[in-house]
Amino acid sequence: MSAVNVNINVHHVTRVEGHGDIVVDVKNGEIKECRFEVVEAPRFFEAFVRGRPYYELSHITSRICGICSIGHATTSLRATEKALGVEPSVQTVLLRKLNFHGEIIDSHVLHTYYLVAPDFLGVGSVIPLVQTHRPVVERALKIKKLAGDLCAMIGGRHTHPCAMAVGGFTHLPSEADLRDMQARLVDARADMDETIALFATLPWPEFERETEYISLKKDDEYAFIDGTIVTTDGFSYPIEDYRKVTNEWCVPFSTAKWTKHNRDSYMVGALARFNNNHDQLHPRAKEAAAKLGMKPICTNTFLNSAAQAVEMVHSIEDSIEIIDELLTRGIQPEEPPEVDVKAGEGTGSCDVPRGILFHNYVYDENGICVKANCIIPTNQNYANLNADMQALLPQILDKPQEEIRLMMEMLVRAYDPCISCSTHFLTVTFV
Amino acid sequence: MSDTTNNGKPKVAFFDFACCEGCQLTVIDSLQTHLDLLDAVEIVQFREAMTERGEDYQIAFVEGSCTRKSDEARLEKIRAQAGIVVALGACAHLGGVNSLKNLHPLEDVRQWVYGDKAGWYNTYEARPISAVIEVDAVIPGCPIDREEFIRVVKAVLVGKKPPVPDYPVCVECKLKENVCMFHIGKFCLGPVTRAGCDAICPTHGDGCEGCRGFIPHPNENAMKDVLAEAGLTVEKVMSRLTMFNTYQIQERMAEEGR
Repeated sequence: MSAVNVNINVHHVTRVEGHGDIVVDVKNGEIKECRFEVVEAPRFFEAFVRGRPYYELSHITSRICGICSIGHATTSLRATEKALGVEPSVQTVLLRKLNFHGEIIDSHVLHTYYLVAPDFLGVGSVIPLVQTHRPVVERALKIKKLAGDLCAMIGGRHTHPCAMAVGGFTHLPSEADLRDMQARLVDARADMDETIALFATLPWPEFERETEYISLKKDDEYAFIDGTIVTTDGFSYPIEDYRKVTNEWCVPFSTAKWTKHNRDSYMVGALARFNNNHDQLHPRAKEAAAKLGMKPICTNTFLNSAAQAVEMVHSIEDSIEIIDELLTRGIQPEEPPEVDVKAGEGTGSCDVPRGILFHNYVYDENGICVKANCIIPTNQNYANLNADMQALLPQILDKPQEEIRLMMEMLVRAYDPCISCSTHFLTVTFV
Repeated sequence: MSDTTNNGKPKVAFFDFACCEGCQLTVIDSLQTHLDLLDAVEIVQFREAMTERGEDYQIAFVEGSCTRKSDEARLEKIRAQAGIVVALGACAHLGGVNSLKNLHPLEDVRQWVYGDKAGWYNTYEARPISAVIEVDAVIPGCPIDREEFIRVVKAVLVGKKPPVPDYPVCVECKLKENVCMFHIGKFCLGPVTRAGCDAICPTHGDGCEGCRGFIPHPNENAMKDVLAEAGLTVEKVMSRLTMFNTYQIQERMAEEGR
């Protein structure tokens, strides 16, 4: 091994959201550098939401991320609602869950099919697959359209929802819309069967590294919105205590802050949710996991993408059931409630496609935001990603440099990093 | 610079600056209904979706605002290469939500987010890309509309000026037979904002936030009357006006010496 020299510098890793670089330097078999750097242009959301009225916050913060805008909006609304003492109705809670499933499916199909699959098929993007694997691409486009239409049906717009408001919705889907959507979701079961069958054939890299997995948990369902924070190391916290989990610290080469809890790093995202909440998956999603050979606690980071496929099955099934419930109840013509504006602080948390997300706001007596703190899933994964890179590299040093580069890129992509999100939300710690 | 690839298709590249990448995702989503777009152009660079990075392109789509000195050189390089530069979405077109930070002293913003590490990061007032380079066409909106993107691409490919409306959102809102937001006690920038979104926000019960920018000659007096009638406070009005258009508002205030 002593003769091995590897020098990899991937400037702006492709097929991820945002800008990050991979740096690997091996001299005579000794690893000098092996890390992921974040080089995104910061946007300063937390600074500029100060001075804005409470009803604007979810509309502004949804613009943090073009792919998980519903996740940011939902988390933002929960923070504001807790601060101002607003309780959303049962119908609102159901519609938000349905909307959220739309985003889970949307984000996961984008990541698994458009961003990850090209690595397994030896191409640089999904575009050549239009010629070589047209049915696969058409299936991906169909699921993506279904997910986008579901988001638009509830939020008013696929990206950056306009109908989501503090306490409720300013527009409601009709029962006919819900029935049509439910029929399409039922039809998508066959597409998901094909998806799972395809993913079961992919040569997922073998790589195991134990770590701590952190997600939300609820008693009665696979948690995406609200709940408590749990970890595979046996810890549990109310959402308000999120800083006890994230413990942010700075590293000199990254514009994003890192986090750690019980170990030097932890992982959030689909795999973390799968590991903590597997029992609450829909039976069809559990079947899908079995077909993919996945059992909790799964410690192969690359299978985060497989866990996303499992969650897509779950979200489709749960959406079908939520629509049943909404149709049984009948859509009530509810307006968002009047807000009794007062000073207060609130913390919202959702397990968005890439993992657990926190928004914390403080409002003054006029409902104007005076402090904001947001901790993004991708930020929470950086320390774990770097630990994975350092564990994987010695195992593959005998491979050609190009193959090492590809494996490193695939490892980064497995996290589905949303760098544009993460550094926009560099955070301050309030004393 | 060659005009086309050897397969006769114009070469297209996508770039992003400070943004959420939602407009590029909308471009990807436009393939759901327009997969034949790939027959009309060759995409040579699109970091978010593909590994290949061709530097020989004729049409550049740029998403995001310019927020630091180093962005200027990158924009100028794109301008030097591309025959046509299109601003993609509100951040590139207007500065968008990024320019909200311009309402605060820059040093305060950096300190707030980075604390004692403020010195590590270069940043200046967020601005539209047209503040740095000449822009040939814009696709407004936050995010862009899929169908408008396709319309603009078609126009650009045949050398026409893209058909972006210069009338207000109210026109489209009336065609949709929506109840006026002001009549149900909500606040809307529809009277002064560029149409083309099919009045999507008012249609979903939310007043227009101005993400497509102001129309060229807004009827300001009529707008003032509407606002006075609705009894809105200056703070509330300014808050909405600045959501996507801080850069334009501040430019105008500077021109008027205020």
